[in-house]
Amino acid sequence: MDAKLLQQNLLELIRRTSTDLPADVVQAIDKGWRREQKDSSGKYALEVVRDNIDMARRISQPICQDTGTIIVYADLPAWCDEPTFIKAFEKATVQATKKGYLRQNSVDSITGKNSGTNLGPGSPSFHVHPTRGKTMKVRMMLKGGGCENVSCQYSLPDTRLGAGRDLEGVYKCLMDATYQAQGKGCGPGILGVCVGGDRGTGYVAAKEALFRKLDDVNPDKTLAKLEKRVMTDGNSLGIGPMGFGGKTTLLGVKITHRNRVPACYFVSIAYMCWAFRRNGVTMSETGKITRWLY
Amino acid sequence: MLLEAPFTEKKIRALKVGDRVEITGLIYTGRDAAHKYLHDGGTPPVDLTDSIVYHCGPVVVKEKGKWVVKAAGPTTSIREEPYQGPLMEKFKIRGVIGKGGMGPKTLAYCKKVGAVYFHAIGGAAQVLAKCVVDVPGVHMAEEFGSPEAIWEFQVVRFPVVVTMDSHGRSLHDAVQAQSEKKLKALL
Ligand code: SF4
Repeated sequence: MDAKLLQQNLLELIRRTSTDLPADVVQAIDKGWRREQKDSSGKYALEVVRDNIDMARRISQPICQDTGTIIVYADLPAWCDEPTFIKAFEKATVQATKKGYLRQNSVDSITGKNSGTNLGPGSPSFHVHPTRGKTMKVRMMLKGGGCENVSCQYSLPDTRLGAGRDLEGVYKCLMDATYQAQGKGCGPGILGVCVGGDRGTGYVAAKEALFRKLDDVNPDKTLAKLEKRVMTDGNSLGIGPMGFGGKTTLLGVKITHRNRVPACYFVSIAYMCWAFRRNGVTMSETGKITRWLY
Repeated sequence: MLLEAPFTEKKIRALKVGDRVEITGLIYTGRDAAHKYLHDGGTPPVDLTDSIVYHCGPVVVKEKGKWVVKAAGPTTSIREEPYQGPLMEKFKIRGVIGKGGMGPKTLAYCKKVGAVYFHAIGGAAQVLAKCVVDVPGVHMAEEFGSPEAIWEFQVVRFPVVVTMDSHGRSLHDAVQAQSEKKLKALL
């Protein structure tokens, strides 16, 4: 394996993720833009958003200046061990920060000091797994702070919402979360959702669900139905782009589930802003990129 | 519609919730550090009379001896809620630009002082940076660090939407109330 080539490819992955939104996201934004009423503030907001996406791609600059938490998922075949991968990704991160693809965005929570490199405890956030195959798969996401602040977790039953421990209860949580967020998470937003798990695994799985493409259909029929229902009803709330009012409040709802202990029933919701920066690649043993995943 | 400097009370009072406005003129950035400093009695390094303050921590670099703005999207405004209204009154600030809207205290001061809240498009770092055609100066950069400094931005046709006006109306309150009604009907 060529460690230098690996690092180069990871840098390109970071660059693309930060400056170029994937096609499924752009399509969803375009669809929302077409749906919004002519001359409305919602349509105007999406117009600026579309211009911004084009411009960022053209000049290879970050779509949004908050380049967020760097979340990385890697499936590593036998030819690349974990320390090698992490070292290469960290080097690529430092380089990407120097080149301005990433903002200096990692702050020591105790001292308040910015590391300046985007490296530090938990930064980037790595999820690395060995795989039996020959192909390396790396997916990443940049999750901004504004939308992270409106992410939330419910413990059912919830008296305020009248939400019980069933899918109807989950529906109520998702609708409430959409309402609570208003435009504050830079909507239109995407909900990554996990039903069950513990508080930790629930949030992790909710974020993982965001790796699904926006236009796919959940293979679980029950969840597919719930996703569709929340999409339709969420958009009917009229919150609209940026909370200006309008028809496009959500761009997607992606639900997964984890087993829970009998005493707990969590619904974890990862709210993602329109600047939905995620991408991924597969690499062969020579270190060459064989495919872009989004 | 276009809004050009000077940002007089008369021009600002004429604005209404929902107006899409393109701002041209000199504006100042200010976020947490600047608001706290002014609120604690600090002297403003620039004349804030009839000014517009932008809640923004920009990415600015020096190229060939000149400041160039690389990214300039808005930051969340509600953090300045305790300070904003009194500062509007004290310094005759006529407008703030940010994202997410602000609360009842600021809304009340908007009415009293003759000021508005402009909502910029969150995340649109590049489009907004392009509207900044010149950076004549920067203040308090040493004390606050670059993102928190008070930057002078000469902007041309900077796109915003009025979401809180000087007549006591807030688009955020309206959208929230209407969506709450809808939500209640669905649940
Ligand atoms: S929520 Fe998203 S679009 Fe908004 S400022 Fe944060 S990263 Fe940017």
